[in-house]
Amino acid sequence: MLVHSKAGRWAAWSLFLFLFLPLFALPLLVVVAASFATHWSGALPSGPTGANYGAAVRGESLRALTTSLVTALVSSLLALTAGTWAALAAQALRKGARRVMDALFVLPVAVPSVVVGLAVLVAFSRPPLLLNGTATIVVLAHTVLVTAFAYQSVSAALVRLDPAYEQAAASLGARPGHVLWRVKIPLLLPSLNAAAGLCFALSMGELSATMMLYPPDWMPLPVRIFAATDRGSLFTGSALAVVLMATTLLVLAAFSRIRTRASYR
Amino acid sequence: MSGIRFDSVSVAYHGTTVLDALDLTVEPGEVMALLGPSGSGKTTALRAVAGFVTPAAGRILIGGRDVTGLPPYRRGIGMVVQQYALFPHLRVQDNVEFGLRARKEPKAEIPARAAEALEMTGMAGYARRYPRELSGGQQQRVAIARALAIRPQVLLLDEPLSALDAQLRSGMLAELARLHRELPDVSMLYVTHDQVEALTLADRIAVMDRARLQDCGTPQQLYRAPRTEFTASFVGQANLLPVTVADTAGAALFDGRTLTVDTGTAAPGTTATLCVRPHLLALGAGPDALHGPNALHGRLGEVQWRGATHRLYVDVAGHRVAADLPELRETPTPGTEVTLHFAPRDAVLLAAGAGA
Ligand SMILES: Nc1ncnc2c1ncn2[C@@H]1O[C@H](COP(=O)(O)OP(=O)(O)OP(=O)(O)O)[C@@H](O)[C@H]1O
Ligand SMILES: [Mg+2]
Repeated sequence: MLVHSKAGRWAAWSLFLFLFLPLFALPLLVVVAASFATHWSGALPSGPTGANYGAAVRGESLRALTTSLVTALVSSLLALTAGTWAALAAQALRKGARRVMDALFVLPVAVPSVVVGLAVLVAFSRPPLLLNGTATIVVLAHTVLVTAFAYQSVSAALVRLDPAYEQAAASLGARPGHVLWRVKIPLLLPSLNAAAGLCFALSMGELSATMMLYPPDWMPLPVRIFAATDRGSLFTGSALAVVLMATTLLVLAAFSRIRTRASYR
Repeated sequence: MSGIRFDSVSVAYHGTTVLDALDLTVEPGEVMALLGPSGSGKTTALRAVAGFVTPAAGRILIGGRDVTGLPPYRRGIGMVVQQYALFPHLRVQDNVEFGLRARKEPKAEIPARAAEALEMTGMAGYARRYPRELSGGQQQRVAIARALAIRPQVLLLDEPLSALDAQLRSGMLAELARLHRELPDVSMLYVTHDQVEALTLADRIAVMDRARLQDCGTPQQLYRAPRTEFTASFVGQANLLPVTVADTAGAALFDGRTLTVDTGTAAPGTTATLCVRPHLLALGAGPDALHGPNALHGRLGEVQWRGATHRLYVDVAGHRVAADLPELRETPTPGTEVTLHFAPRDAVLLAAGAGA
C-alpha cells in the first residue's frame, strides 16, 4: 500500500477491514459455520456436527464434484486454446478487424449467461447437431462463456510482449512457427497460466447457463447446491458450497505454484 | 564475403518519410558506422536491412542478392540491439544455440559452435546462467555471441553500447574492434549517435540527418575535410564562421580581417564557411610560429574545466567560438579580451550552404 504515515496506514487498514469483513469474509464464514450446523434458530447456526460433510463427499455429491472438476478442466483447456489462438490471430490483423474480433469475444461476457445458455440450447437441439441432454453441451456452454476471459487476458499479455524478442528470433533465422513455440508461448506462459486459473474458477462456479442445459447424468456441483438449498437443506447445501470453494481454491493454488516457477522476470 | 547495398531505399511511416532515397554501400568485410542525431533514421535503415520494415521504394541487396522481398528469417543476418533482447526463459547456452537450432544446423555441431561464440566474447564461463543473472555488459556480450553463432555474413548493431556506462563502453569498443579483426569477412553496419564509437570502430562513416545521408567517408576524411556544415559540426563540433573569399591565393575576410586559409577553387567574392576544430585553436598574445598566423579576437565568455582540457567559449564578432586548450595554469577571467590562433592547414573552407 502506498501509504507512508503511521496514522494513514491505520486508517487504511481499518477501512479495509470495515469493508472486507462484512462484505466478503463474514458471509463466507457463516456458510462455513452453517456447514457444521444442525439448527439455525438464533443469530448464528448451532448444534455442531460433521454429518453434513459425510453426505457432501459421497455418492451423488461426489459425482457432482467430479462432474464440475472435469467440466471446468476441459472447458478451461478448450477456452485457453481457442482464446490464445484467437488472440494471436487478432494481433496480426489490422486495427479495424482487430476491434471487431475484440467485440466478438466480449459478447459472452456482455450477454447474460442465462441467454448464452438458452442460445446454446436452442442452437444444438436439432439435428444435425443434436447435443441436447449430453455432457458435451454443458462443457460447450462453459467453454463459450470462459473463452472471452482467456482471449482478453492473452490479448493483454501479447500487447505487453516486447516485439524485440520475436524480431531477435526472426533475425536468427527462426520461422514464425518456431518463434511461436520457442519464444512467444514460453514468454506468455505466466499469463496463460493465470488465464487458465481464471477460466477454471469461473467454470467451477457457473450456474445460470448450466441450469438451462444440464442432463441428469451430468449435474455440476453448483446445480446440486442450488437444488439442496432450494428444497430447504441449507446445511447440506453449505457443506457442498464449502467443498466447492475448497476444491477451487486448491486447484487455483496449484496453478499459482506453477506460475511462480514459470515467471522469468 | 558479402556486403550490403542500399539502392535508393525510402521508408515512410504513415506518410512521413523517415528514410529518403538512401544510397549506400557497405563493402564486404567493412565496418560502416551510421552516425546521426536522434530521429535521423538510422535505426530505420538498419531495420530495413533486417527486414522488419518494408521500403516504400528502392532495393536492398546483401551479397549482391536482392533481399527486399524476403522475410527476416531468410536473410541470414546477425543483429544486436540496444536492449539486448536475450530470451529470458533460456539459459545463456540455449540463447546462443537458438539460431543454430532454428536454422537446423547438424545437431552434433551445435554445442561446439555455441561454445566457440561464447569463447569469442569471453562469456564461456556463464553458459548455465539465465540472462537476468548477468550484468548489462555481460548480457550484451551474450547478445553478440548469439548473433555471431550463426556465422552471419552481415552483422547489424543498433547502439549496442548505449546502455553501458562509459568505462564499460570503451572496453566493449575495444572488444568489438578485436572481434572485427578475428572475423575479417563479416560486414558490419553499426548504428550510433556517439562519434567516438564511430571514429574508433568504423572503416567508413555515413552521416545521417533528417532522413537523408549527408556525407560518407573515412573517419579521417570526415574529420579533416568535412563536405557539409552538418558533418563539420556533428563530427567533432567544429566552429563554423562565415567568411568572404578574397582571392585564390588563400585569403579570406572575416570580420574585416584577413585570414590565410586554403581557398581551393572558391571564386573571389563568394561567401563560404570557415570550419576549424576547437582543439586546433591556441590561445596567445600575437601571431607567431607556434600559434599560427591567423588570429580571432574576441571577448571570453565562459571557461569550463574538463580535466585534461579547458574549454573556452569566446565571443568573436557575434559568433560563439569554442576552443579546447590543454589544461591551463592560469585561466583567463571571463570578460577579458583574448586572441585565438590557428594554422592555415587546420582550417577547412566549405562553399556556403554546402549540403544544406
Ligand atoms: N514504428 C514507427 N512508427 C512511426 N514512426 C516511426 C516508427 N519508428 C520510427 N519512427 C519515426 O521515424 C523517424 C526515424 O526513427 P529512427 O528510429 O530510425 O531514428 P534513429 O536515427 O534511430 O534515432 P535514435 O538515435 O533516437 O535511435 C523518427 O522520427 C521516428 O519518430
Ligand atoms: Mg535508433
